[in-house]
Amino acid sequence: MLPFIEVQGVAIPMPMDDVNTDQIIPSKYLKDLHADLAEGFLAFQRRRLDGTIITDFVLERPEFKKAPILVVGKNFGCGSSREHAVWAVQAFGIRCVIGHQLAEFFTENCLKNGVLPIQLDVTRHQQLMQDVILADGHSPMQVDLLNCQIRGPSGGVMTFEIDSQEQRMLLEGLDEIDMTLKNMTDIELWESRYQITK
Amino acid sequence: MGLTLFDKIWNAHCVGVREDGRELLYIDRHIVHDLHAPHAFKELGRQQRDVRRKDLTMVVQDHTVPTRGDATTISENMSASQDACRQHKVSFIDHRSPQHGISHIISVEQGWALPGKTLACPDSHASTVGALGCLAFGCGTTELVHILATQTMALSKPQQMRIHLTGRLQPGVNAKDVALHLIRTVGITAGRGYAVEYTGPVIRDMDLEGRMTLCNMTIEWGGRTCLIAPDAKTVAWYQDQAGAIPAQTLAFVSEQSGQLYSDPDAKFDVELTVDCAAVQPQITWGTDPSQTIGIREAIPLRNDASPDQLARQAQALDYMGLQAGQSLKGLAVQRVFIGSCTNARLSDLREAARVVQHRRVAENVVALVVPGSTQIKAQAEAEGLDQIFIQAGFQWHSSGCSMCAGANGEVGEFGERCVATSNRNFENRQGRGVRTHLASPATAAACAIAGHIVDAADLISS
Repeated sequence: MLPFIEVQGVAIPMPMDDVNTDQIIPSKYLKDLHADLAEGFLAFQRRRLDGTIITDFVLERPEFKKAPILVVGKNFGCGSSREHAVWAVQAFGIRCVIGHQLAEFFTENCLKNGVLPIQLDVTRHQQLMQDVILADGHSPMQVDLLNCQIRGPSGGVMTFEIDSQEQRMLLEGLDEIDMTLKNMTDIELWESRYQITK
Repeated sequence: MGLTLFDKIWNAHCVGVREDGRELLYIDRHIVHDLHAPHAFKELGRQQRDVRRKDLTMVVQDHTVPTRGDATTISENMSASQDACRQHKVSFIDHRSPQHGISHIISVEQGWALPGKTLACPDSHASTVGALGCLAFGCGTTELVHILATQTMALSKPQQMRIHLTGRLQPGVNAKDVALHLIRTVGITAGRGYAVEYTGPVIRDMDLEGRMTLCNMTIEWGGRTCLIAPDAKTVAWYQDQAGAIPAQTLAFVSEQSGQLYSDPDAKFDVELTVDCAAVQPQITWGTDPSQTIGIREAIPLRNDASPDQLARQAQALDYMGLQAGQSLKGLAVQRVFIGSCTNARLSDLREAARVVQHRRVAENVVALVVPGSTQIKAQAEAEGLDQIFIQAGFQWHSSGCSMCAGANGEVGEFGERCVATSNRNFENRQGRGVRTHLASPATAAACAIAGHIVDAADLISS
């Protein structure tokens, strides 16, 4: 897995609450094994029915085209467990998603793809969202995983919490399967004790 | 201190603690579907790993399967899944097999999901089988690869919540109405981080297929997984699945029943009681499942709501072409979908057929029934339900997820209003611009007949 240490760049403000996985990556992109997931990311918010681009939608504005940070509203990524949602975010170039109560499946899938999911409390979340909306893509911000610090676009610094093991996993880009295989004797012992009903 | 049912199953399957502190939970059955199988097996191959327990792994086809008529088109996901299974020598249920169906439905039909056991499926509706006391977890593709390679999931133990459902349901009110009422009451994030146990008189009185409907929708209010303690009804349900389930498995189920329950002094992190005595048939008006009203109510005005909530409501109303204060009754409907892992079991089809019998689908309504499995389809045909639907003007499909997620391309037209028995009314899920109203099979069937949103009781009495 690609390690995550820090990221610096423009943040995309997406203040809507409850943005779900069907919005993040519509199902038509799931049945095509070679689909362009960057194009599929929030596809229906970005393009009209006739395919023309909605140029004032945040992802279509030139200043956000290469933004590595996404600041979202409450409960982002709710709905399905489809990992394509995180792959779409990643394909667009985003390495860090910051929100309040990010959905659980989405958070787990981020951690497994080297995308840093940051959960902020209401106060810090609102503060950062305001800052990012005001910056409007004109000044960069910074996320430092080693020190668990966010430097907002206006220069203010705030800390965030992350499980120390998840932090290590991301910083070192560890492979989870290799880690689990260290417990192989436990797995084999369990299997030898329990008869699995078929 | 006593243990919860969840604790008991979790403890019995915890093989050890990984160096990062996560617990490794042994997975007794792993059911993989066509949306994820191609990616997962490709990744497994790339990492030069193999499937650890081929005997406990099953690959099925549901999301991308065409269901219309004798559909012969094979999706790319379907053929890639089949190729991967051949290569890795893993069991594969072909869409033409008599065992075919939606993963969560055939998991119980085939006896893969059992009380006291664990199951994983890369799908958020995996917890459907919690209705039988089987602890199930959904997951993404990377976790799927992890399970293929290790037969375990690495999890942090979730907190626990008990939902006590009280009251006696009124006639014409069923599990789907209870699920929607619950989500409306608690909100779509209430279950975040929790393993849920459903108990109470409503559960005691509910049949097994109803319990599956309720458990299926746990993720729609954020729950990680859910359970219902198995009882005599659970045993009877397995016994009724004649043929598919081996005698040895039936004996196991019978032995487990009565053993699996939360101790009286077990501690839950949260306990909630939701009364269901006054619940009427429910229908969603908005774009998340909590935006629900009783069929005889009007869309709330929400004068007390916060600016954020009002903005969300305004957005939903705009998408749905509706206004606060409005009743849904009488709104013209262009499409009706009876299907999905939520409501495509035999009892659901019977419930819909009772409304449809001797009536005709309204003009300008496209109505389809997509049974949850090939076995359910055959049982329904043996009872003549297919003829009731076909003679009324419904399309009678073969099994798959179909219009629930639209991943097989079966979707509605822009701007259509669709009453669906599935689980998500998200914007654009059933086709771009499609306005989805979630409801029970009886309500959906009644809307197909009336050509507009209607209370099934009014239709039947007219």
